[in-house]
Amino acid sequence: MTPFQILATIAMIASVVITATAGDILTASAMRQIGDLDAIRARRGLLGTVAVVLTNGRFGVGVICLALSFFSLLFALSHRELSLIGPAATSLTFVTNALAAKIFLKENVDRRRWTAALLVCAGVTLLAF
Amino acid sequence: MTKSTLTFRRYLVLAAVTLTSSCGDTFLARGMKTLGPVSLHHPTELIHAIFSPWVAGGIVLLCGFFASYLTALSWADLTWVLPASSLGYVIMTLLARFWLHEQVSSLRWLGVLFITAGVGFVTRGPSYTDHGTGKPDLLEEPALEEALP
Repeated sequence: MTPFQILATIAMIASVVITATAGDILTASAMRQIGDLDAIRARRGLLGTVAVVLTNGRFGVGVICLALSFFSLLFALSHRELSLIGPAATSLTFVTNALAAKIFLKENVDRRRWTAALLVCAGVTLLAF
Repeated sequence: MTKSTLTFRRYLVLAAVTLTSSCGDTFLARGMKTLGPVSLHHPTELIHAIFSPWVAGGIVLLCGFFASYLTALSWADLTWVLPASSLGYVIMTLLARFWLHEQVSSLRWLGVLFITAGVGFVTRGPSYTDHGTGKPDLLEEPALEEALP
């Protein structure tokens, strides 16, 4: 692989990871803003709950980011092997999600959660072999 | 401050997240294997694929995954839900080995072990960071510890 191809691969993986993390953080933030869906469904019914979720702006932007992540993944897969892009993007997303959740969602990412994220990250990488 | 807000019903939602994602992906893989490789010159074949029973079933299951995943995020932290639901990778590997009869290397089994350990780690801890909003409310049903004999 030439230096340009390596840079292009890093850029493709980065675009998948960044858009996936943004999507996950925005949808998680939207769900936190909306509140417990089980309780809302008990009050408003299934259609009312779907309406509450779909009319949330943050959720809409999150879904757009997840869609962008999906298309970035398809683009990356059309240029590089699945065995490289798949595990790299999935495992890195676990780590960036933990960081972003701590910074933006103010989640308490303690040692236990970091260990779990890193174990799953390593496990997903090994699944490629 | 973190706290556990898990009830038996919420464990069922997590099980749904895990099962629908792994079964959905496996159904898609099974369907696409039946149809054969899709050429980039004939993208309409992808639309035809959507109507095959396995692929259609996979899409329905993945819709179920997104609904249960959002439900889980409404009462648990993202950094708890993501590792906890990654047990789906383990189920997917088991389905690939025993249902689709794919070869699974020792390194992949080691990966399965790592993921299982990660899931075990995170699910023993609290599921939700309380920011003082009082959310999420506990449902009016007994917690798992109380529901079990």
